[in-house]
Amino acid sequence: MEISRHWRLRKQRYGLMGEICPHCEAKLFPPRDICPECGGEAKTLYQFSGKGEVYSYTTIYEPPAGYEENAPYTVALVKLDEGPIVTAQLTDLGEEQVQIGTPVEMVTRRLRQDGDERGMIIYGYKFRPVGLGPH
Amino acid sequence: MDHNHNENLLLKPNRPVGISGYGAYVPRYRLPASEVARIWTDSQGSLPIKEKSVPGLDEDVATMSIEAARNAMQRAGVPPSRVRAVWVGSESHPYAVKPTSTLVAEAIGAVPNVQAADWQFACKAGTEAMVAAIGFVGSGMADYALAIGMDTAQGRPGDALEYTAGAGGAAFLLGPAEDSLAVIEATYSYVTDTPDFWRRPYAKYPEHGQRFTGEPAYFTHIIEAGNALMQATHTTAQDYQYAVFHQPNTKFPQRAAQMLGFQKEQIQTGLLVPLIGNTYAGAAIIGLTAILDIAQPGDRILMVSFGSGAGSDAFALTVTDAIRERRDRAPHTQEYIARRTQIDYAQYARMRGKLVMK
Repeated sequence: MEISRHWRLRKQRYGLMGEICPHCEAKLFPPRDICPECGGEAKTLYQFSGKGEVYSYTTIYEPPAGYEENAPYTVALVKLDEGPIVTAQLTDLGEEQVQIGTPVEMVTRRLRQDGDERGMIIYGYKFRPVGLGPH
Repeated sequence: MDHNHNENLLLKPNRPVGISGYGAYVPRYRLPASEVARIWTDSQGSLPIKEKSVPGLDEDVATMSIEAARNAMQRAGVPPSRVRAVWVGSESHPYAVKPTSTLVAEAIGAVPNVQAADWQFACKAGTEAMVAAIGFVGSGMADYALAIGMDTAQGRPGDALEYTAGAGGAAFLLGPAEDSLAVIEATYSYVTDTPDFWRRPYAKYPEHGQRFTGEPAYFTHIIEAGNALMQATHTTAQDYQYAVFHQPNTKFPQRAAQMLGFQKEQIQTGLLVPLIGNTYAGAAIIGLTAILDIAQPGDRILMVSFGSGAGSDAFALTVTDAIRERRDRAPHTQEYIARRTQIDYAQYARMRGKLVMK
């Protein structure tokens, strides 16, 4: 049971809420207390656009505990338009082959459940190819 | 019924209310009805639709509502902090106890100064939330209220409902009529206690009254609601460019339209059930989004929902000039329908949790 952690992370998980450094204007994700670019204090919330591109990716066939139901699935490093790189699952791929550089957009999806079907459902960001995924 | 009494039946706020933004959502997976027939009837008999939409493994009413809500907010261009209510109508809320609406409100940035609640009335839970939102905005309690109808409908394997029980829905940000892309002229609700369809607590699949679901339930409520609204607003079918009805299959809404005096062309745009199935609380209202995607300023639209148990909410709307600049701010409903991954019954069984894993 990690209810408090899930609750603390909800804004960044549901909608890519990060921070902008008031000193050097670097956009930070995930949010943190100290800006890694300039070392100044960072606390101003910043809503990321959710647009980015695939920096690298891999397909998981042997999932870690809690993710078995979705396997196989693709995980990517996504370089957000604003700069930061985040790790996230790709979804709604259809038959399309992902490539490095594929433009993607953020969606909010079910990540897993905490324990069994009695546990809380954990939601968070994933990415799909832009334009609602492939047509 | 005399004239004045008839007009008093309308649910109409003192302050005019309209739709400031709307958004649809349909998952990308499609199960052809022929697949269900292949498994259960040796492919004998006619099919009620072509195919239905199926939610992905990581989708549910909360995630689907979030995307529809984001589309509605984008079209409206209203900051989320101005939304005073987030209401989600569904019969497939992810939790038995814990609101879907708080999650949606959090994801779109509408918390914490907001009213939130989940609604339930079978297939009319979405329009029920819309009528309540009209009251909320129309009374002046709020400037903006978000009403959503969304479902990932359940159908017992082999049951008639398995062909059609689909997934999808729509979100509507209701606001003052002067900031709307369609003004809601009036609504009317017709409700009786009619046991045509239900699901008891802890039951996985709903029960239904077979043919009883037609005449005393669907047709009576839709026709009474549609007729009463048109009488009270002094309109006839000819006054509307478009009409959309709850659509559990292809035939029912076509026949209801005919009974109310509408032509095929008037219902074509909003009749989505052949390609996405019955989206329950989302069915009539996602049809409305497809109409708003192409309607012209001045067009009039009649919408009548139906929820088992049973009741209908009827709406008369008039499209405004704002539709032109707002409708392309978010994906059109037909774009969601066009993206499509076909699945077979085995993939469907996995995606809908019908395989016993332990």
